[in-house]
Amino acid sequence: MIVAATQTLPLYWYLVLSAVLFTVGAVGVLLRRNPLVMLMCVELMLNAVNLSFVTFGRMLNDIGGQVIVFFVLVVAASEVVVGLAIIVAVSRRRPNANADDISALRG
Amino acid sequence: METAIFLVCAAIVLTGAFGVVGSKNPVHSALSLVATLFGIAVLFLNLNAQLLAVVQVIVYTGAIVVLILFVLMLLGVDEEDDLAIDPIVGQRVLALLAGAALLGSLLVIIIGQRATLVTGQRSATAAIDEHLSNIAQLGRQIFTTWIFAFEITAGLLTVAVIGAVVLARRPSSYEPMPEPESFDDDGYTSEAVDA
Repeated sequence: MIVAATQTLPLYWYLVLSAVLFTVGAVGVLLRRNPLVMLMCVELMLNAVNLSFVTFGRMLNDIGGQVIVFFVLVVAASEVVVGLAIIVAVSRRRPNANADDISALRG
Repeated sequence: METAIFLVCAAIVLTGAFGVVGSKNPVHSALSLVATLFGIAVLFLNLNAQLLAVVQVIVYTGAIVVLILFVLMLLGVDEEDDLAIDPIVGQRVLALLAGAALLGSLLVIIIGQRATLVTGQRSATAAIDEHLSNIAQLGRQIFTTWIFAFEITAGLLTVAVIGAVVLARRPSSYEPMPEPESFDDDGYTSEAVDA
């Protein structure tokens, strides 16, 4: 089944899609200044990496590529929870603060 | 068939990704993110990772995006990003250049080296068994080979939950901002109405 699939659809196409998705997320983090949108762009990058993990796992016929996606998911969930808590804490003091407004945090 | 599914999902994923980055309204960004995550879930199915596809839909589109939307609604962070103002001179140009350089080098590596992309040992942890269900294989690996990593993720989640509670807690000495005042300050009302 795997052999048949690689004949119809080269697996590196998934890696190309993953590369494009990662780049879009990275550019989004650099461009946008709304902290929530920046968080969503980080999610895009994490998903691009997840996709390439599963693809490499399939290329190498190894289940480990899928196992590690679970750990990425857990880290992504923790990151979103803590990130949103920070955003809530900041916007309680300063409503509608963007990433430039809170540059005072650098000390 | 697999190619057709891939092309449709790739179009959905990329449309959603550009929507996340390009939407002025953060709510539209969050909804575009749902499209992207769902497209990736279908791609996981295409790659024979059935459990991950389901987990992707439940955890990402079900929990994480809903969490982001909740915060958006609760805080009323519906102010539109003013992309016309450049706080750092040339930030946008530099960002796009960095993105182009990143994408270019990644594509050169992936497409140029596609014959020798994977060089490692095949099936190093465990081979994908077509006769065994995806869930059974994943569960066996997580609870044998990766058991310590799995336990550590439990600790990570606990730390994240406690950290979120501590960060978002309203300090007792802190005086909450009066509700009407925040609507009067610096033209917040007019922008909120516009959005």
